[in-house]
Amino acid sequence: MANGSGRPLSPHLQVYKLPLTAVMSITHRITGVGLAVGTLLLVWWLVAAAAGPEAFARAQGFIGSFFGLLLMFGWSAALYYHLCNGIRHLVWDAGKAIELPDAERNNKVVLGATAVLTVLTWIVGLAVW
Amino acid sequence: MASNSKTLRSPLQVARGLGSAKHGTEHWWSQRLTSIALVPLTVWFVFGVIGHLGAGHAEFIAWMRSPFSAVMMVLTAVVTFHHAQSGLQVVIEDYVHAEWQKMALIIGVKFLSFALAAACVLAVVKIFIGA
Repeated sequence: MANGSGRPLSPHLQVYKLPLTAVMSITHRITGVGLAVGTLLLVWWLVAAAAGPEAFARAQGFIGSFFGLLLMFGWSAALYYHLCNGIRHLVWDAGKAIELPDAERNNKVVLGATAVLTVLTWIVGLAVW
Repeated sequence: MASNSKTLRSPLQVARGLGSAKHGTEHWWSQRLTSIALVPLTVWFVFGVIGHLGAGHAEFIAWMRSPFSAVMMVLTAVVTFHHAQSGLQVVIEDYVHAEWQKMALIIGVKFLSFALAAACVLAVVKIFIGA
């Protein structure tokens, strides 16, 4: 190794290219925090509906605005990612699919499922809107 | 391990009761339990949101007046906030190391989560009983 000691170095995070499994691991956490923040929108929606028609119209108006839709898109993608990767965590907890080839295949399964579910949701959503 | 020859307590006796092996399993289990519950709840919620995009107030109220929808919405809110606060607790524990900051953040996140969950439940109950 590069330090001349012959001993392995731990990865230097600023120059070490993270493998996809590591990127997906931290993404699970980032989407989790993002979704927690996104629950504020859920609270607003429900409380506005309970408060009355004017408050509900304001909330629906915000959600239907460009910025609102952008937030909803990001939120839906994060939700599906966290859902799919969360199911993968449950599979790991059952002691299955822990070997590297399985992990690398399931990277693609989770990313593919997230993309398909997000796009499908928006096609259906915009069609019924 | 350097053992003190002046004590009769075995190394196991010294170590017993130390460490964090008390509530860790409970926290881990509650995170898994809530995540399993959130799989069907999330699917229901996404379908519900899609079905009520741009819906008027009356349409939304009618949806929440159905006992099934009301129960599902209450469960979704409560389980989501329970899952969120337990996940955020782990994130805070991993990255915030000053004890008072860590405790303040964890307490703040838990209080806020349960307050927001209560607000959601009250909103659904208010709509359901038509108050």
